[in-house]
Amino acid sequence: MDWINNLIAGLSAGQQLALFSLLKILAAIFLVLLPIVAYTVLVERKVSAFIQDRVGPNRTAPPFIKYLPVIGPLLQRLGIFQPLADGLKLFLKEDFSPSHVRTIYFWLAPVLAMVPALLTIAVIPFGSKLGAEKMVIADLNVGILYTFGIVSLSVYGIVLAGYAANSKYPFLGGIRSSAQMISYEIAMGLSVIPVFMMVGDLNLGAVIDYQAKHGWFILYAPVSFAMFLVAAFAETNRLPFDMPESESELVAGYNTEYSSMKFGLFFMGEYAAMVAVSGMMVTLFFGGWTLPFWGLDQPATSLLLSAAHIGVFLGKTLGLLLLFIWVRWMLPRFRYDQLMDLGWKRFIPLGLANIVVTALVLLLLNRN
Amino acid sequence: MGKIVERANLRWFERLYLPAIWSGFKVTARHFFSWKRSEVYGKEQAGFELKATMQYPEERWTVPTGYRGAPYLVSDQDGHTKCVSCQLCEFVCPPKAIKIIPPGPAGKSADRPNAEKMPAEFEINMLRCIFCGLCQEVCPEEAIFLQKDYSLTGTTRAELIYDKEKLLALGGTHGGIQKWKHKLDEAKEQETFPLKD
Repeated sequence: MDWINNLIAGLSAGQQLALFSLLKILAAIFLVLLPIVAYTVLVERKVSAFIQDRVGPNRTAPPFIKYLPVIGPLLQRLGIFQPLADGLKLFLKEDFSPSHVRTIYFWLAPVLAMVPALLTIAVIPFGSKLGAEKMVIADLNVGILYTFGIVSLSVYGIVLAGYAANSKYPFLGGIRSSAQMISYEIAMGLSVIPVFMMVGDLNLGAVIDYQAKHGWFILYAPVSFAMFLVAAFAETNRLPFDMPESESELVAGYNTEYSSMKFGLFFMGEYAAMVAVSGMMVTLFFGGWTLPFWGLDQPATSLLLSAAHIGVFLGKTLGLLLLFIWVRWMLPRFRYDQLMDLGWKRFIPLGLANIVVTALVLLLLNRN
Repeated sequence: MGKIVERANLRWFERLYLPAIWSGFKVTARHFFSWKRSEVYGKEQAGFELKATMQYPEERWTVPTGYRGAPYLVSDQDGHTKCVSCQLCEFVCPPKAIKIIPPGPAGKSADRPNAEKMPAEFEINMLRCIFCGLCQEVCPEEAIFLQKDYSLTGTTRAELIYDKEKLLALGGTHGGIQKWKHKLDEAKEQETFPLKD
């Protein structure tokens, strides 16, 4: 370990920042995010199967696995290897571009769908500290503004896909998506303002510190949470708001013309956005990496404690992902006008009222 | 003529979507926690409710009587080939899936008494067969029947051309009339029939 310490000590502060950021980015994306995305898909398939009295994926297994006693068949039954096969399949499929597409945008759209989801992860504190390093990729003091800026970009991927595909179903999907995103973006923004009014800081780390001291925001701001949750469903295009995709009406919506890994990027982008939004909700409303007991609410002093913090954060995130998945099989799709109605006529007034009420309460409390 | 759909007038509470969400949750949770089992994995536990999925290779349909599966040749009660190589089925077969080579004048005689001949070769190309049942209908000897097999698999095309031995082995025994045996018995009774057996 000495040579590592020496190496790190030999670098300038800027170089150290670059090195650690790179390490954190690589670890967060390839060791955490993408596996979670892959296995969320599996969980989705399994949960949907159980809800519909089906069996779910239970066949895929590498050839040698059946020779393992007990564990092998069990893993196969749980479908543990299914995501590997799915990924492999996506890579092996023909990357087909129909002749009528607008090529540049057609190639650009999947990237634009995936990248914002990954960028959002950057400001979410996924643990307290590992050694001296804060467990957040970019400790921005305008964290939430950055998030909303990036999340707004995710609509471009979908709208561009709808435009580039140059055929009717993707086009309808793209149009629906843009209308939906615009109406829920505002509601989402309004819903979190009370949280930051209480904290007095836009840094997400500060939000977690506040919650560690005073309790989770879901207790103080349940209306904010409810609004943020609904808006999150709309932002990630999940049922009951999966208007852009709505496979029973628009074939597959914006990604109808896509195949192979380009489709895979949309697919992973959707789930990565779910993970990002879940992480954001955990940070804003469920106390981030803290737990109010076992002394888990203080920044970590040992390696074990920091691992526990990361575990707590991931656990909470997975819980919310399960909520996303469950709701998909629970609620029917909203009609387009109902969706608009809910966004513009209910949530925006509600969000504004929420802000005013919170401001009044804060004013009264501070006066005493 | 449009039909006007009556929309229920919702109360304010219902318009919050909450009752609908709650009942949706109840339904999904009931199914999720019903712990139904699939037949394949649940053999050891009795009395479980079954999942909707039928896991195909292990679980299969109960095929109803009269089902038209693959046509196979059948043997009689004594284990003899019933087919007499008349080639009616070959002639009637719409997709020309059946190929029969009769024994010819110098060929092997039938494996049972008093029957004139049996096919030297009898092949059904299962890739061509459409399971129509005309061969069964046309057969004067009740020697070919559509049976209950519906999932014929093979890794090569040649594997799916079934020859006489395979067809007989798969077909099993079929009772019913034994026309030639009865004729022999009659002949013996009359003691006029020249055939000695």
